[in-house]
Amino acid sequence: MIPELGLYALILGFCTALLLGIVPLIGSFNGRSGWMAMARPAAMMQLFFVALSYACLTWTFIANDFSVLYTANTSNSGLPLVYKISGVWGGHEGSILLWVLILSVWVGAVAIFSANLPAVLLARVLSVLGLISVGFMMFVLLTSNPFERMFPIPADGASLNPLLQDPGMAIHPPMLYMGYVGFAVAFAFAVAALIEGKLDSATLRWMRPWTNIAWVFLTIGISLGSYWAYYELGWGGWWFWDPVENASFMPWLIGTALIHSLAASEKRGVFKAWTVLLAVLAFSLSLLGTFLVRSGILTSVHAFATDPARGQFVLLFLLIVIGGSLLLFAFRAGRLKGTSDYELVSREGALLLNNVLLVVACATVLLGTMYPLFLDVTAEIKLSIGVPWFNLTFVPLMLPIVFIVGVGSMLNWKRDKLEGRRNTFIVLLVASMITAALLGTQLYEFKITAVAAIALSVWVVATCIYGLVYRLRNKKNRLHAVMHTPAAFWGMTIAHIGVGVFTIGVALTSIYTQEDTVRMGPGVTHEIGPYTVGLASVEEVRGPNYLAMQGEFLISRDGKSVSTVQAQKRIYDVRRDLMTEAGIDAGLTRDIFIAMGESIDDNGAWAVRVQLKPFIRWIWVGTLIMALGGLMAALDGRYRMKKRKRESVAAKSSSSTTSAAVS
Amino acid sequence: MTPKRRQRLILVCLMLFGVGVAATIGLTVFKDNIALFRSPSDIAAGKVDAGTRFRIGGMVVEDSVQRRSDNLDIKFELTDRVNTVPVAYNGILPDLFAEGQGIVAMGQLNEEGVFVASEVLAKHDENYMPPEVAEALKKAGKMPGTSANFGASSLVQP
Repeated sequence: MIPELGLYALILGFCTALLLGIVPLIGSFNGRSGWMAMARPAAMMQLFFVALSYACLTWTFIANDFSVLYTANTSNSGLPLVYKISGVWGGHEGSILLWVLILSVWVGAVAIFSANLPAVLLARVLSVLGLISVGFMMFVLLTSNPFERMFPIPADGASLNPLLQDPGMAIHPPMLYMGYVGFAVAFAFAVAALIEGKLDSATLRWMRPWTNIAWVFLTIGISLGSYWAYYELGWGGWWFWDPVENASFMPWLIGTALIHSLAASEKRGVFKAWTVLLAVLAFSLSLLGTFLVRSGILTSVHAFATDPARGQFVLLFLLIVIGGSLLLFAFRAGRLKGTSDYELVSREGALLLNNVLLVVACATVLLGTMYPLFLDVTAEIKLSIGVPWFNLTFVPLMLPIVFIVGVGSMLNWKRDKLEGRRNTFIVLLVASMITAALLGTQLYEFKITAVAAIALSVWVVATCIYGLVYRLRNKKNRLHAVMHTPAAFWGMTIAHIGVGVFTIGVALTSIYTQEDTVRMGPGVTHEIGPYTVGLASVEEVRGPNYLAMQGEFLISRDGKSVSTVQAQKRIYDVRRDLMTEAGIDAGLTRDIFIAMGESIDDNGAWAVRVQLKPFIRWIWVGTLIMALGGLMAALDGRYRMKKRKRESVAAKSSSSTTSAAVS
Repeated sequence: MTPKRRQRLILVCLMLFGVGVAATIGLTVFKDNIALFRSPSDIAAGKVDAGTRFRIGGMVVEDSVQRRSDNLDIKFELTDRVNTVPVAYNGILPDLFAEGQGIVAMGQLNEEGVFVASEVLAKHDENYMPPEVAEALKKAGKMPGTSANFGASSLVQP
């Protein structure tokens, strides 16, 4: 009964989305305010029905209703409750339903927080979101119905893949989807602007916090995925340039470019068409990513053959969304003229450089991800593109961005002669190099690449802080000025400092990682860097739904004990899957990562992978700092001004194109 | 040419230059970093030269895994059920590696015709076969009927 209710609710949600996608849109063209006014209640209705449907599916998991095919394939009565709830998105059908739910949440959020938007714009934005929902709900209903029943009813479910039975993996997909789907809002605004044929700074101002929030979720989602891969896959790497990772990284790159070009468009009225294009691209790549991962073409081109309906639907939907919006762009983008001018050395110039580099970087990732697929489909040639290719093309493109991140954000709009700052920059650059050289001597081994990387990071942080100081240079009451610095400025500074922290993490981890694969029995020790790792014992332990061999490792340095870590090799009860649980001694400046490979003989000897990973935490700390900065910027009160105030600002900024740079 | 135009020109040139450099780097290193996929039958047919890096897929032959007792050297045989290739590897095999399972390995042939693997992947659960392995078996005409647990494909992707 409950599964049928869920399906019924989803069908009602589909009908509501259809109404939402059509009626307000038509109303916006023929000026019927009653039709447009339908947008908000319809959006809330859609959210209600989809949430109900999703709750029903969750119920089948909690209540162990294995008469539902999807539940039987993904859940098991012995699964802990939290993994039953997260297991709902552990397979294809459920994760697409989660996608629809999150999209509906965004639709509802736009409906709630948009009281001040012009009625026509709001109607169009919500209609576009409604149409996207229609596409996705059709996908669920036609090809991936999670409520399908099966007969005979199995005694128990096939259980969730043990890799997914992990807290990080439980929240990773919702975070990622919040990011992916969040770009739908920016996309909807962009399409509405194209239909309208104009994009004023009030609309741009609206897009900014929404885009920021989506970007924050995507950043956190990707970081969680990377962290999960690090401790759960047992290899100790944090990024593999795996197609699935790339699928989430490409929208992030374009999203980052979008955030920056939105700033320029809003403040200075430049790059408008470009901003719209980025909004379209960010969401298109999100769609591409979702479908690459979820349709199974990445693991196998032949997954198309196993369920051609899904693959064909995917391609058709991508074609309609991307093709349609790009067509609209081609016809209407000409109307989105830039309204002002700028010189090469200016904040616009820096933002342009940032945008070009990010987009080119995204293109290289796209090439590396799609080329093997393309060849497989067209020429039946199977090949893979190695990690070194990605590193060699991607890293050189990122270095200039990192270098200008601090300087660019303190340039004046329009033109900048760097008056009074040139010398400070030189001093900061030299100071960064000296600091880096000194810090470099403290590391495991003096390496010029490491020194260069540290210098770059110190430079980023120093210029960001100098940006703050420079901003306050003429203020009489410094404390008052600090307190009244807008949250957006703090957010930007913090996010950029995060870039510096991230850079240190990436560089030092890749330069100084030591990895040994050794044969260890109880009592055997192994030296890695300045540390000694010894295996104390191996014993069998019982978990809630698995049996594990647990090795206890003692880590010491110069004869002094540092810590004790446990690493496990698990075998899960239902699916008999083997899983490696790495033992990690985490630290600010280094992780020691121990993974038990396999039992070699009957005397307790194991193949063990021991790794020393300097500064690896800085990678995730850096991304979290970036996300925090993005969040702060999104919450800036200036984006939530009262209606009257905003209108006057909008009027002012559209009438005078030379308004002074505010932030 | 007005100063403004000159600036624009510089900007465009810089961008073109940047994109050009990126494209050049990308394409030059592209060649060295692609690895073709081969099957044991391709090797038997002499299609692969020693010293070229490539990927191979197949099933691990039952009772072929040999371990040394003093180090982590492992030897096993890989088959597409028509031809068989000996494989040597040093290190830890993935969790899902087992005799009779399909795996994919990256590496190169040595002069003796042994495939020296630098990486072994076994990214599947019991119902899923890596696409490359399926391809190899299909090419050799040995693809078994797919087994599914509850009638529908239940591939779970992380």
